[in-house]
Amino acid sequence: MKKIEPVNLIFAVLGGLVLLFIVGPLFSMLIASSPNEIFETTKDTEVQNSIWLTLFTSMGATIVFSIFAIPLSYLLARKNFYLKRLIIGIIDIPVVIPHSAAGIAILGFISRDSVIGKTASCFGLNLIGHPIGISLAMAFVSIPFLLNAARDGFSSVPVRLEKAALNLGASPIRVFLTISLPLAWRNIISGLIMMFARGMSEFGAVIIVAYHPMITPVLIYERFGAFGLKYARPVSIIFIAVCLIFFILLRLLSKNRKDA
Amino acid sequence: MLEVKNISKKFDNFNIKNISFSVNKGDYFIILGVSGAGKSLILEMIAGLMESDSGEIILNNKDITNEKIQKRKVGLVFQDYAVFPHLTVKENILYPLKNRGLEKKEIQNKISQLADEMSISHLLDRKPTTLSGGELQRVALSRTLALNPECLLLDEPLSSLDIQLKNDLRGLLRKINKKGQTIIHVTHDYEEAIFLSNKVAVINNGKIVQTGTPEQVFKNPKTKFVANFSGIKNFFKADIHIVENDNIKKAVINDKVTVNLFTEANYGTGFVIIKNKNIIISNSKPNISAMNNYKGVIVDVLPAKFGVEIIVDIGILISVLISADTLKKYDFFEDKTVWVSFKASSVKFLHG
Repeated sequence: MKKIEPVNLIFAVLGGLVLLFIVGPLFSMLIASSPNEIFETTKDTEVQNSIWLTLFTSMGATIVFSIFAIPLSYLLARKNFYLKRLIIGIIDIPVVIPHSAAGIAILGFISRDSVIGKTASCFGLNLIGHPIGISLAMAFVSIPFLLNAARDGFSSVPVRLEKAALNLGASPIRVFLTISLPLAWRNIISGLIMMFARGMSEFGAVIIVAYHPMITPVLIYERFGAFGLKYARPVSIIFIAVCLIFFILLRLLSKNRKDA
Repeated sequence: MLEVKNISKKFDNFNIKNISFSVNKGDYFIILGVSGAGKSLILEMIAGLMESDSGEIILNNKDITNEKIQKRKVGLVFQDYAVFPHLTVKENILYPLKNRGLEKKEIQNKISQLADEMSISHLLDRKPTTLSGGELQRVALSRTLALNPECLLLDEPLSSLDIQLKNDLRGLLRKINKKGQTIIHVTHDYEEAIFLSNKVAVINNGKIVQTGTPEQVFKNPKTKFVANFSGIKNFFKADIHIVENDNIKKAVINDKVTVNLFTEANYGTGFVIIKNKNIIISNSKPNISAMNNYKGVIVDVLPAKFGVEIIVDIGILISVLISADTLKKYDFFEDKTVWVSFKASSVKFLHG
């Protein structure tokens, strides 16, 4: 039998502890709630509405912001321009700042005193406490995932293929739509799902912009504050299950990225 | 048709310097040079993939120096083929046809015609990832020809193919050229230049050092670089004749000289190449096993970089390379009658 290197054994034990740290709390939460409690909670309309709201607002944020983010990613991957490094740095800011602080920033940005807030008021919209406000808060914290994944995707497309397409008489926009975008698509899909999943799980920024209507992370917090751990647990389990579905989807879609 | 005038471009460690040449309609123009000589960069500048610092590119009397890539009407086949991996072979060929306002039937006919010509009809529904290098090359060629380019630019099209595929593709390129397609082809292989081109430009270190027909360039090299780079002077158009029950074939050069050689070709026209370093010269008929022995007269004795070059008239002018010591020892001089000999195995034949 092949002898195991001691160093590999030590690394495996250390790694196992990390995995346990991730899986342990989730598993203990799962076994602490009875299937009946979970089943009953799935029938709770407040829970159902919050999950639908979370899915809808995060999906909306992802779709709308992708229209702006994908072209920017392409520019960042393909062109060299003044202040490019600064822009790349700015893109990562939402990842490093506290999300409650991000929420405060968004709140100021969309409040009734701001230009955006005033413009929305003209259409009878108050963005604070509105699904659009929630989407904006979600997008703020999750858009770096899409931008960076799409930029990686476009960078991995050989420039020669784009040049070949231009040489074959295609306009730059046709080259983008028929060559660059399809070849970067797996990375972009990964980025979209990651942005969507990250938006769904956002709490800090959203609770400042909109306590009501409640997205699921806020509902979990509210149930915990008002009724305690026992009532917060089933909602958490259901929401984690929803998140896991998207996480698995992400993994499946990005599995063959290298083959693209 | 295409004129390149004084094109220059500076890079960090390399410069393209005052490149000028002109190509007529129907020409097969080969730019010959070693790796890193700047050959591919010239093609990229003609195609517009790279801007030049100065100079002009004129195509059909129109200045296209600053024209957009997609409007230049020159088709470039990349060395690595650049076939779109996410599209099928058919979709790849269709790509340049989509913007041309053709009717569906016309498009279908064009695809079928190109696929037939390139022998890729059976590959139309395949993805490029499943194709071999030779197949990819044919797809890339079909796709570029679908563009109906005024000038076809080929970047080392034969460099990564095995000998059999090389021969096939050489024949195909000649066929395309004979149909009237103007071609500019860059390569490091002088055999391609001899076999395919009617005009050659030799490039060294970003500069064109000689231009002319293959005969002019290889038989009268103006610089040491061309002489050393080509390394051959003995190449002749020849007809192969069938010799029954023998694996040795006979090639007749200019209806005057018959050369014995090994080749798989049974008949037809091609080029015979004999390296001058493989030829023996002697004062009397040598008693050796070489099958090719000819009596001739020395017409010239020239100093070469390594030794001396002797030109002997044996019905055709043949170049022999010997050392200065040999020249002294055997006393070769102009008008002297000598014998030249070479083995059948040292004769190379490129089929036409």
